[in-house]
Amino acid sequence: MDAGGARPPKASLAMLSTDTDILAAAETWRRDGHAVALATVIETWGSAPRPVGSHLVVDEAGNLLGSVSGGCVEGAVITEAIEVIEAGAPRVLEFGVADETAWRAGLSCGGRIRVFVERLD
Amino acid sequence: MRADILASLNAERAARRAAILVTDIADGSQRLVREAEIAGDPLGPVLGKHLASAKSGLVEADGRTLFLTVQVPPVRLVVIGAVHISQAMAPMAAALDLALTVIDPRTAFATPERFPGVELVAEWPEAVLGSRVPPLDRYCALAALTHDPKIDDPALKAALTAECFYVGALGSRKTHAARVARLGAAGFSPEQIGRIRAPIGLAIGAVSPAEIALAVLAEVVAALRRAPRPEAA
Repeated sequence: MDAGGARPPKASLAMLSTDTDILAAAETWRRDGHAVALATVIETWGSAPRPVGSHLVVDEAGNLLGSVSGGCVEGAVITEAIEVIEAGAPRVLEFGVADETAWRAGLSCGGRIRVFVERLD
Repeated sequence: MRADILASLNAERAARRAAILVTDIADGSQRLVREAEIAGDPLGPVLGKHLASAKSGLVEADGRTLFLTVQVPPVRLVVIGAVHISQAMAPMAAALDLALTVIDPRTAFATPERFPGVELVAEWPEAVLGSRVPPLDRYCALAALTHDPKIDDPALKAALTAECFYVGALGSRKTHAARVARLGAAGFSPEQIGRIRAPIGLAIGAVSPAEIALAVLAEVVAALRRAPRPEAA
């Protein structure tokens, strides 16, 4: 059980990873000395692409494993995650068609999601 | 998240035990509640409900918004008997996300041709449970379908000992009365033996193998979703 051992190539969207792989990777990456943030889908409305509880783990260099939206808003989440790694305080992000910012990094499916991003201390 | 909390969460998952991570969305503070601790927790009822449904989600408690990350082991279905009912059950179990293993030492029945794509083990249950097949646990359902005590009984004993959330056995009331007597003589308590669903399956008047498979799987789903699991209560 060393699912977290192999680090994916930079900015790959390893969407088929299970939550087991993702949380194990988060633990392994942290233990290996990387700064790590964990993003979790905490709420969805409409046709959200990934269910509540889905995880994405990001390190300080932008390496990632998992998915919170199937690719639609991952770029924005990674940027925020790296800020969370630096700042320390967790934040809640919201993406959806109702939001101007989110439209740019938007969910083309028309759904809305809220994502909790926290640093692994 | 604290690294030690993540390590504990991963350890519970690896051990196939349920756990719920409670996160205060406002400040990020967290605690891990293991399955055995849910009953005594201040949030016990709401945690129990989320555990039963296996769904993560937001809840309000004492004016705080909490996110519950619900981690429940994947449910396994172990069927004893590579019979017609098991053949009909295989695609239905897959549709229900139940990881199916069929065990039957009778090589005439347990052939890959009869069970394409199914984890099929042509051995005696007592020889493979805990070795080639992972040990039974509380997130396993076991259905004994061979009618043959030599094959069914050891598996039923293992399932009762492992406290599988569902234990069912095919056979008439008369057959089951004999089975109850055998298990009693083997030292199982009336409470343990009473957990065996027999006659197996919801009472829908099932006749064909597919209908019996449906009745059994419906009973498995009911056992999984309806009641709190024995040790979680």
